[in-house]
Amino acid sequence: MHQLSRRSFIRNAGGTGIALWLGISSRGITAIASNLVESGNFTPYILVEAGGAITIFNTKPEMGQGTFQSIPAIIAEEFEVSLDQVIIKNTNGEKPFGNRQRAGGSSSIRTNYTDLRKVGASAKEVFIKAASARWQVEASDCYAENGKVIHRPTNRALTYGELLADASKLELPKEPKLKDPKDFKILGKMARRPDVPLKTNGSAQFGIDVQVPGMLYATVARSPVIGGTLKSFDATEAKKIPGVEKVVPVERIMGRYHSVGVAVIANSYWTALKARKMLKIEWDNKGYETFNTEAYEKHLRELANEEGVIDKNIGSVDNLNLPSANTIEAFYETPMVAHHTLEPMNCVAQVRGDQVEIWTSTQVPSSITGNGENDLHKFIGFMPDNIKLHSRFIGGGLGRRLNLDYVIEAVGISKNVSQPVKVVWSREDTTELGPYRPMTFSKLKGGFSDDGKLISFQHKVISPSFQEGMNPAFDIKKVDGTMVEGIGEQAYEIPNLKTSYVRADFHIPVAAWRSVTSSTLAFCHECFIDELAHKANKDPLNFRLELLSKPSDTKRVLLKIREFSHWDEPLAHNRGRGVAQWEFFAGLCAQVVEVTVQPDQSIKVNKVYAVIDLGEVVNPDNVKNQVEGAIVMALSAAVKPGITMKDGKCMQHNFYDSPLIRIHEVPEMEVLILADGGKVKGVGEPGLPAFAPALANAIFAATGNRFRKMPFELKV
Amino acid sequence: MITLNVNQKVYQVDADPNMPLLWVIRDIIGLTGTKYGCGVAQCGACVVHMNGEAVRSCITKVSRAEGQKIVTIEGLSANNDHPAQLAWQEIDVPQCGYCHSGQLMSAAVLLRENPNPTDEDIDMAMSGNICRCGTYQRIRKAIHLAAEMQKNKTAVNS
Repeated sequence: MHQLSRRSFIRNAGGTGIALWLGISSRGITAIASNLVESGNFTPYILVEAGGAITIFNTKPEMGQGTFQSIPAIIAEEFEVSLDQVIIKNTNGEKPFGNRQRAGGSSSIRTNYTDLRKVGASAKEVFIKAASARWQVEASDCYAENGKVIHRPTNRALTYGELLADASKLELPKEPKLKDPKDFKILGKMARRPDVPLKTNGSAQFGIDVQVPGMLYATVARSPVIGGTLKSFDATEAKKIPGVEKVVPVERIMGRYHSVGVAVIANSYWTALKARKMLKIEWDNKGYETFNTEAYEKHLRELANEEGVIDKNIGSVDNLNLPSANTIEAFYETPMVAHHTLEPMNCVAQVRGDQVEIWTSTQVPSSITGNGENDLHKFIGFMPDNIKLHSRFIGGGLGRRLNLDYVIEAVGISKNVSQPVKVVWSREDTTELGPYRPMTFSKLKGGFSDDGKLISFQHKVISPSFQEGMNPAFDIKKVDGTMVEGIGEQAYEIPNLKTSYVRADFHIPVAAWRSVTSSTLAFCHECFIDELAHKANKDPLNFRLELLSKPSDTKRVLLKIREFSHWDEPLAHNRGRGVAQWEFFAGLCAQVVEVTVQPDQSIKVNKVYAVIDLGEVVNPDNVKNQVEGAIVMALSAAVKPGITMKDGKCMQHNFYDSPLIRIHEVPEMEVLILADGGKVKGVGEPGLPAFAPALANAIFAATGNRFRKMPFELKV
Repeated sequence: MITLNVNQKVYQVDADPNMPLLWVIRDIIGLTGTKYGCGVAQCGACVVHMNGEAVRSCITKVSRAEGQKIVTIEGLSANNDHPAQLAWQEIDVPQCGYCHSGQLMSAAVLLRENPNPTDEDIDMAMSGNICRCGTYQRIRKAIHLAAEMQKNKTAVNS
């Protein structure tokens, strides 16, 4: 029988003898001198052990966004240790690490930056205090560097390990003095990520790589008609295949989506896949076998005539009565897309009595071990204290791994056998069964005064509801804030603004996809701004700046991109450039895209300039990597086919019919970071929304063709 | 029993001869650096070397690998120091990292066969490897750097 999570946590941390935990509790910065941290209202970030070993804990799962370096870097900067001399550990949802062990919404840095600095600074001060007491000298004559406290006048030095016993008897300062950013040694500097070497020799362990002794493998046949569920099955033939252990029904639950499939458990994944093909299954399609996206899109276009619910209503859009010559209208459409994390969904689970142990890659360790309403325990029938998680590197999160469906299912399967079971989704399973980013359609209307000023702007979104899909208790009469994300919050000064939402029924599971609904709404919104600029006969960048008379982050970013992209330099006649910006909950980025019309009438995307506004920057090289990646992901979504349904089934299956951008299709990208203080903004998502509109606007500039529907072909 | 030579080590495996080499390497031999991404030779996450050639282990039956020399990412170099691995580390190429075993195995063959690859050569050789994180610009840069490193190494050795 394995230990309770608290004990295991201590064992994993390797604490023997005296140790000092430093972190944050409800009483502020706190230190606990003990080799044991009780679960409770204390989140440790640093562990100093008697031997001198220093561990920094990263509570934000690493999925490629760089938290394995960036979170420890913030602490290490103030604690005066280098990242080479500390052990970095990802946490596993253990209770002492609190309920915010999750990565999503580009929130890891922007919501923790100052707190983490304070933890490091406070820890440093307590060691300085301990040293000055030992030496009987003024603390102000001591400083810390590389894990040591040094007495400036005599150059005496003691390591944090040597000071541990003394330091553990002192109170931690609640309001430590933070470093002057000009003295930073780590923050704001290029730093190599410590997980990279593990990712160049195959030693980084992802969820799918977990091997537990005696482990079995499973694959699940799920209803190909989304929304359907199991009626009956015959596993006689499947069970004849040597190595097949059991064939059992299992439920997949995601928000309000419930569907029962058939799991084949076998001694190898390959055997399980072979046996799955031999299953005879009757599905109850529940009427969804007639669903197709073409008809659904038609329905969305009809719904666009409805008033919907108001999100924002500033001024009096409805009473302006502008002459039709002063107004323009446009209708934009975007598709469903898949997440296509390259690591398919997978999870190892082992049930022993009332205990369950889980090995997986997840964005939400806290939701797997937590006791909240929507946490895992609610769906699997185990007490939160009896759920033990081993969290692994994530082979792509992108929002997909915020969901627990694949974990719930794996636990459901493992209840049938005593051994651990590894459930692996095939690429086809992950492509065909959702969740997807929902499609959004947008109806836009803009109006000018007689002297050519943009005085009215309306954006109505017509789409399935994300909240309704995820949260069965959501009140569908209310506006779903996720589906109007950002459209009422752009900095443009337009006196009359109305944003609204028309909800459409939808039975297909939907999920956040990197930059959530901004990934589609920015396209509609910022292309329409471009249309308005052309209607006004103005340069699209100047037009935007004219709407930004007051100082704002958006204005700064647009001014910077103008310079950075050489916006005012003329281009050859077969070329064009377009601009777009987007500010939303996660952050702010503006982009300029340059395209060329080639002799065969195809369009080449030559170059992308991006300016991202961060306030503070931890690892600039990693930020650039993130923005480059966001641009590539946005390019895939803009020009490659989306997800479509016919006869209730997904029409795409694998990368041959749901392709992604490859190396030869990638434009040159240049990224500029603004980190001039101010509000700390996110990194992972903000590079995405502005790309598609900047690209479509560039194509318009080069060809006069206005694309109002994603995906669009890179052709004149 | 099938006899396999993987990273210069001989393994006797009890596997269905039709089982893809990928699953034998990962689930039976236990080398998990080689990744499953698509199962249909579309993404390149599973690339290994068979007698020095890049092959997609997800569509290579294990029976075809019998008696051949297989190298996986774990065997690409002894100390994570193949020029491509060093260049990848220098430029901090990976993000999530899932595809990069396959990327590196494809790049290693390119660098052996074409010590001075142009951007076009890189596009040709690497277009079979998908990176969902979109690290392509860095992959290109790293291959150019690896080519430089390889040249310097050859110069030192000769």
